[in-house]
Amino acid sequence: MAEFTDPPVVPPTGLDYAPAPESRSVVDLQPSYGLFIDGAFTEGSDGRTFKTVNPATEEVLAEVTEATEADVDLAVDAARRAFAGWSRMPGRERAKYLYRIARILAERSRELAVLESLDNGKPIRESRDVDIPLVSQWFFYYAGWADKLSYAGLGANPRPLGVAAQVIPWNFPLLMLSWKIAPALAAGNTVVLKPAETTPLTALLFAEICQQADLPPGVVNIVTGAGTTGQTLVSHPGVDKVAFTGSTDVGRQIARAVAGTNKRLTLELGGKAANIVFEDAPMDQAIEGIVSGIFFNQGHVCCAGSRLLVQENVYDEVMERLKRRMATLRVGDPLDKNTDIGAINSREQLERITELADAGDAEGAERWSPPCELPSSGFWYAPTVFTGVTQAHRIAREEIFGPVLSVLSFRTPDEAVAKANNTPYGLSAGVWTDKGSRILAIADRLRAGVVWANTFNKFDPASPFGGYKESGYGREGGRQGLAAYLQEGETA
Amino acid sequence: MTTTPTDLGNAADVRTVLGDLSGVDQVGLEARAAALATRSIKKDAKRTAIDLAISMVDLTTLEGSDTPGKVRSLAAKALRPDPSDPTCPRVAAVCVYPDLVGTAREALGDAPVGVASVATAFPSGRAPLEVKVIDTEYAVAAGASEIDMVIDRGAFLAGDLQKVYEEIVAVRAACERPDGTHAHLKVILETGELATYDNVRKASWLAMLAGADFIKTSTGKVSPAATLPVTLLMLEAVRDYRDAFGRQVGVKPAGGIRTTKDAIKYLVTVNETAGIDWMTPTWFRFGASSLLNDLLMQRQKLKTGRYSGPDYVTID
Repeated sequence: MAEFTDPPVVPPTGLDYAPAPESRSVVDLQPSYGLFIDGAFTEGSDGRTFKTVNPATEEVLAEVTEATEADVDLAVDAARRAFAGWSRMPGRERAKYLYRIARILAERSRELAVLESLDNGKPIRESRDVDIPLVSQWFFYYAGWADKLSYAGLGANPRPLGVAAQVIPWNFPLLMLSWKIAPALAAGNTVVLKPAETTPLTALLFAEICQQADLPPGVVNIVTGAGTTGQTLVSHPGVDKVAFTGSTDVGRQIARAVAGTNKRLTLELGGKAANIVFEDAPMDQAIEGIVSGIFFNQGHVCCAGSRLLVQENVYDEVMERLKRRMATLRVGDPLDKNTDIGAINSREQLERITELADAGDAEGAERWSPPCELPSSGFWYAPTVFTGVTQAHRIAREEIFGPVLSVLSFRTPDEAVAKANNTPYGLSAGVWTDKGSRILAIADRLRAGVVWANTFNKFDPASPFGGYKESGYGREGGRQGLAAYLQEGETA
Repeated sequence: MTTTPTDLGNAADVRTVLGDLSGVDQVGLEARAAALATRSIKKDAKRTAIDLAISMVDLTTLEGSDTPGKVRSLAAKALRPDPSDPTCPRVAAVCVYPDLVGTAREALGDAPVGVASVATAFPSGRAPLEVKVIDTEYAVAAGASEIDMVIDRGAFLAGDLQKVYEEIVAVRAACERPDGTHAHLKVILETGELATYDNVRKASWLAMLAGADFIKTSTGKVSPAATLPVTLLMLEAVRDYRDAFGRQVGVKPAGGIRTTKDAIKYLVTVNETAGIDWMTPTWFRFGASSLLNDLLMQRQKLKTGRYSGPDYVTID
């Protein structure tokens, strides 16, 4: 009989991930940037500039020109002049430019991802794996439409609108640019785009890419500036179309400014999406979906799943699992490849998040965050979950636009639908259940432009995106997205 | 034969527990595994991970052509994976067929390296239970510290969970030693044949309820063998099982893990799923043969700053 030799019991070894920063050296930052008008970078008319900072460190990245009324005039005029040639160019020729841009975007993806993370504060994992790949995909997708516009469901000869004024937010700077510019150009419009004042840099790098692609001058114009510049642009009489993504308040102002004109308008505004977890949800994946629903991009997502609705009989289990998962989230340097949650984009946004979360405390909801050390400089907010939230709480009604989740419970599918729809917004929603019939039944009753089933925050250029109610109107993406940039032609 | 302690005694309860398991969404599970695979492990963390991975290897030879000589050289490699560096950790165990257990144990001497033996008509498991029990008892008597059994996938796919359960209970009983201890039982699910993630979760719980000390993905004889999503799913199972029943169960992915880069992805997945309690060879193993040499080459590279090449690690 043999001796029994069992291997010894070995105590566990921790694995502390060493810093793994992506190199900044791929980005060639200039000290100052002009406006991109008529195919060239130009000084602003009165020399006013503003600074854009890295929100993770508060380091000034560059000085950017503030476009005045005169600058906006020049940009709109350039776009108008370019429209004649661009709109008459055969679709297959316009497609060549768009494919070329798409390829350059893919080739320069690392540079774009690093710059996006520097200027925005989002983790490099997201800018590298989500934002920039989608940007390139958007251009590839709409390039394919450029010579097929007569199949867009808008008659045999749909015509472009003219000059599009496009104002985009700071949460997905380059991705929102692609959502705006790719369909506009494919349809034969020319554009003047204003990026957000806190995140102008990737739009300016995109301007360089337009030059590199030999895009005809004036087809794309980029004017930088704050709210005033945006206001000047959307109310400019030379503009035929206004497209805006941003807050519901600004959206209202734009709707008023455009009212009574011939300008066409699409608005993609705020949200307070319900993410509904039923008792029969695939639980581990639902937890991942809750986490990516609210903590993706620091919660700076208009379609974020910021209201978690959990069936009451699995509430305790979901909360326990969610908290355990949240404890593994890594908050810190956006350029570190292992960072899950980066910096809040600006001091103003941090103040807004703080104010709303404090209101959650004051109204009696219970706050929880995992232990996590936040950097001492820059703008940071720990991932936070509020339990004991009711429909009456501000944190259940107002868009926080930060890494703050409000959790509510429900008892029946009817109650889930009623609570999910009980919001002035209607941009997105999520349903988690293993039961296919329930997915279809619930999705049918949710007043939201996008309903994700057993997933969340998934985007695809072929899929239309847009809101109900105060989340805006019009659709971006897919064939439907072309309707925002075309008018029906006469039947052939 | 002593009665085996299992966490649940009767099959009715087993069905209730398995019926309560939540479903697995394939897309979501694979997306999570892919996200974990993007972790970047560098410098000190890489050093730690490589040594940990070496210490978790079940160095395996499971061929018809295995001989005492082959097993002795495998044992020598297990004891001194890198003969040029005494700081290199030993592997956890060598893994052989039952008839070579005695040879392996003798070659390893008193060293704290286990001998794992596959049993129960490995790899197909297509033999009567009596044969599987004798196969197991033989290996235990010959000095195996660990038994890697296969479940009856045919019975599982035919819906006879009762049979699968009872066989595991019987083999677990056959692992008992006269001194009251038992050879640790690893239960191989052969996830490549179970085909769906829901089946993998169900089989994991079935094995744990029947008394498994470890759940193991694959025999290495069926493709696909271990994958990161399957291992992630099994790590979720052992984590949830400990929460429910208070007993810790180990996980062993086996087959197809060949590079240091892959091994580190698995360790990251252990770290962020089951947690630090599983970050030890006591609770996590790699069933592998060629992985060890890649780990050793990467270890030398970290030490010297340059790649030495395959002739600077021993082939067995």
